[in-house]
Amino acid sequence: MTRRELTDRASLATTLPMQGDSKRGRFRGLTRMATAGMLVAGLLAMGGCISVNAPDKPIVIELNINIQQEVVYRLAKDADQTIAQNPEIF
Amino acid sequence: MFLSAPLIRSALALSLGALVLAAPALAQRDPAYAAARAAGQVGEKADGYLGFVVPPSAPLKALVEDLNIKRKAVYAQHAQAQHATVEEYAFTAGCLAIARTAPGEKYQAPDGTWATRTSAPPQRDPRCPAG
Repeated sequence: MTRRELTDRASLATTLPMQGDSKRGRFRGLTRMATAGMLVAGLLAMGGCISVNAPDKPIVIELNINIQQEVVYRLAKDADQTIAQNPEIF
Repeated sequence: MFLSAPLIRSALALSLGALVLAAPALAQRDPAYAAARAAGQVGEKADGYLGFVVPPSAPLKALVEDLNIKRKAVYAQHAQAQHATVEEYAFTAGCLAIARTAPGEKYQAPDGTWATRTSAPPQRDPRCPAG
């Protein structure tokens, strides 16, 4: 069934979803509402589980330089020459 | 044209002078620094820099700080060439500088305390290269 409706200057609304009484259109609206409702419910339920606790210890950033032994071995020859070539500062 | 020969001569003299000036001064240790080292007032730290074993006099403090700045400049230059950090290079140089200390001189042991070098090998960080 197609009803004709007055729609000001626009062309007449003739398709079922536009008239708001299409079976499919209403069903989609309901599904969307149900999905949104479930999402909100889910978020609320999860909200009960998340707990944010302030750390009881101060946050310490470790600034100690981690020097690897292999790096030291790689640099040893060059550093030895550097010391030999700069006797006035070593 | 008649001016060219003296000009060339003076230019040569200037460039020779610049070469002599630019050549690295292979000077030995400053006598005050050498004396402070021998007296155990200044020691080699594990991080590659010099440290004070006892509170220094103002001139000695200035002298040693100047040496540390020069060391840092040399470390930075070589560290960049070796694709390492300045700290890594300085630490490596510190290992070697401690190994080169003469008996009687002070060096920083791995526990942070000052130790006196004897004829025995110095106590060094386990990451230091052997020898």
